[in-house]
Amino acid sequence: MSTLNINGQSRQVDADPSTPILWALRDTLGMTGTKFGCGQALCGACTVHLNGQAIRSCVTPISAAAGQKITTIEAVTAGTDKVGKAVHEAWVKHDVAQCGYCQSGQIMSATAFLKTVPRGKVPTEAEIDSAMAGNICRCGTYARIRAAVADAAKSLA
Amino acid sequence: MHFEPTTLELPKHLRAMLDAQQGPATAEGLPRRSFLKLTAVSGFALGAFPLGAMAQDAAKPAAGLKPTQQPSAFVHIDKDGTTTVTINRLDFGQGVQTALPMILAEELDADWSKVKSVHGSSDPAYIDPVFGIHITGGSGSIAHSYTQYRELGARTRAMLVSAAAARWKVDAASLRTQNGVVIGPGGKKLGYGELAEDAMKLPVPETVTLKDPKNFKLIGKATGRLDAKAKSSGKQGYGIDVRLPGMLTAVVAHPPVFAAKLKSVDDSAAKAVKGVKAVLRIPVDRGGEGVAVVADGYWAAKQGRDALKLEWDASGVEKVDTAAQLVQYRELAGKPGARKYDADVSKFDGAPHKISAEYVFPYLAHAPMEPLNCTVRAADGKVELWMGSQMPGFDGLAASKVLGVPPQNVQVHVQMAGGGFGRRAIPSSDYVVEACNVVKAAQAAGIAAPIRTLWSREDDVKGGYYRPMHLHTAKIGFDAQGNVLAWDHVIVGQSIMAGTPFEPMMMKDGIDGTAVEGMKEPYAVPMRLTVHHPKQNVPILWWRSVGSTHTAFAMETLVDEIARTTKQDPVAYRMKLMGDEHPRHKAALQLAVDRSGYGKKALAPGRAWGVAVHESFNSVVAYVVEASVKDGTPTLHRATAGVHCNLVINPKTLEAQVQGGALMGLSMCLPGAAITLKDGVVEQSNFGDFVVPRITDMPQIEVHTVPSGDAPTGMGEPGLPPLAPAFANAVASLTGKPIRELPFRLA
Repeated sequence: MSTLNINGQSRQVDADPSTPILWALRDTLGMTGTKFGCGQALCGACTVHLNGQAIRSCVTPISAAAGQKITTIEAVTAGTDKVGKAVHEAWVKHDVAQCGYCQSGQIMSATAFLKTVPRGKVPTEAEIDSAMAGNICRCGTYARIRAAVADAAKSLA
Repeated sequence: MHFEPTTLELPKHLRAMLDAQQGPATAEGLPRRSFLKLTAVSGFALGAFPLGAMAQDAAKPAAGLKPTQQPSAFVHIDKDGTTTVTINRLDFGQGVQTALPMILAEELDADWSKVKSVHGSSDPAYIDPVFGIHITGGSGSIAHSYTQYRELGARTRAMLVSAAAARWKVDAASLRTQNGVVIGPGGKKLGYGELAEDAMKLPVPETVTLKDPKNFKLIGKATGRLDAKAKSSGKQGYGIDVRLPGMLTAVVAHPPVFAAKLKSVDDSAAKAVKGVKAVLRIPVDRGGEGVAVVADGYWAAKQGRDALKLEWDASGVEKVDTAAQLVQYRELAGKPGARKYDADVSKFDGAPHKISAEYVFPYLAHAPMEPLNCTVRAADGKVELWMGSQMPGFDGLAASKVLGVPPQNVQVHVQMAGGGFGRRAIPSSDYVVEACNVVKAAQAAGIAAPIRTLWSREDDVKGGYYRPMHLHTAKIGFDAQGNVLAWDHVIVGQSIMAGTPFEPMMMKDGIDGTAVEGMKEPYAVPMRLTVHHPKQNVPILWWRSVGSTHTAFAMETLVDEIARTTKQDPVAYRMKLMGDEHPRHKAALQLAVDRSGYGKKALAPGRAWGVAVHESFNSVVAYVVEASVKDGTPTLHRATAGVHCNLVINPKTLEAQVQGGALMGLSMCLPGAAITLKDGVVEQSNFGDFVVPRITDMPQIEVHTVPSGDAPTGMGEPGLPPLAPAFANAVASLTGKPIRELPFRLA
């Protein structure tokens, strides 16, 4: 039994310590907002925050999260996280999603990125591309992802 | 509209066949004869699934109307006015989840802010009214259901008006509707929610008058997706997210060579993995064998699968090797074969100018972001499936066969899917059959729980059902004005349709219609087209835009090469070669030219223009692109699309579909976009070696549409085919060397 801090709550997880955070979230805790895409940290669909840093939960074992804070899409877009709320609203405004499957991971990457951008600064397209390059979207929503990230940055300024 | 990720494509040829048999199919009636024909070949029957899962109990079906025309199966209005529209398709990103409700709500005069939508099932109400089977493919969702959904909305509206007239004891003709309310004498109002219960008990009118399109309020208006909030918060559920009480998860070890058998299984280490419940030998696709590890979750099942010690016997199956396959295809290309076109090509030898070209197109994986999965519950003689399926009727029938229950006892719950691009429309129902075989073996082992069979990304990339590898050869003779004197073209590639239930209608004289769609048209050229369909031990499938993925590339780069060789403007040359027959092509191309600044704007240093135009699924898309080559690496900077798809339902989804199609077209050009085999084994395994575009590859893409009020044609796929040739043409004009291989190989 491992104890994890997920979205500010202490959760007991009955899983082997080597189990990736992704599967503890999805299969053990039933939190399905975080998605499985590749299992190899190649596509970013499983992105969550560990102490505010974007990480790939499909290759990060729960043992690496002991005593640390895991934040998932469910909390980031719940309205209480100012940056996450801005990103969520920009995603809706720009109708970013098509199939939507990768978008939890895209939003988690965008939110972690914008938390590193000084308020008042709108990142350049190259900076956005660099921050979002680890997240694959097979539908091709990238143009709207660029627009939504920039718009979220403006709304936070 | 629009279909996106995906694809089935029976389209042009099936459509042609349907048209030839009973005139244009409409939502008025199922094309009965064609349907029966398909029924006969597939064994699938219209009555195989019970009507009613979604029906409102009180509804009175009209005797003269088919299940596809009954409002009760498509519209449910709650007391508070919430209007839920059931879509008869899989939404896997293409946006029919919003566009179909828009069409229905338009005629219903619904309050759009109260409209929601849900997926249908394998119920007969949700068949494609043109194809007559459950199918999301061929860019047909809007094209085939536009009139159907308008009529459903109009019928519902008429019933609500009748209910209001009865309530007020006035003539129904004196009433009007607006934004979810019926307005009566003196301006009194009744909301749809207050009338729905009474209305749905009334007879369904057989004939209704549809709106004059000039009065449309919703259709044609840029409308946000109904699922935008859910998909921007992790709340949208997909097939992979289905959780049933007691559900277990299976991960299957597939044979490394397609159709290989097991020689030995050592499952001692697998069984020792915590959480593993059973290790089961099961039959897998194409007569092969596999081993399923069933556990309480994916991770344990995957650990168990990886711990299996398996020996395989591939002695009885062909071990494909891509390099050897290419040699074989070249030999075949030189031999006599079936003829799609048979023009006289004797003028080639004496032609003033000649092109002799060979094109190579690799196998391509669909790799939708949501890995393949199917959840099966079999209990009490009934079977339920949860999955994102493009053909729930076929999949339900496959499940009934494996699990030995009558088809009417199978229900497919269609789930939102994370992409598909054709991979979720499988005539063999491969991964559905596999999931059912897991459940069958589990039940034999005493496990009664529902089981979700889930593929890893490696299983997906290595699992077959690729866009087939193709070789094209072309010998073209032309004069100094670019007049084509002879065009001798050969296509070699596996047939997608052969051996499927679609073979009788999709193959003619030994030629698979999907292998040659997009050839020759819209150009008036004397073409001889020879086709070879070799058999290979590699499962293949339609991939977004199907045959046009390769035919558009060959045609549009060759036409461009003729223009370059004869020093003609590639746009002017195409316009000339199209003659007077193709106004939609010309309009789309001209629009792209006008909006891109082609021929007027000065390009940035190092850039060149590229052009291509192609029709697929009755829609035409032209691209004018800007590209450059630096240090041997081509880059696509900008693409301007000119689109002709007749009436546009939702401009927002249209733009997304074209941009997404363009990016998938670009994906075919980039390094790493190929599936190859060695000794029968697929060499790629994940996004590290089967490369797909990232945000850093995304060009600027502008989308413009030719205004039209004609009935809409599909846009799920047509944005894809012309992108790669337009890009290649720009690169060729910079380097002086044509590109004849995908992904691009710059000699």
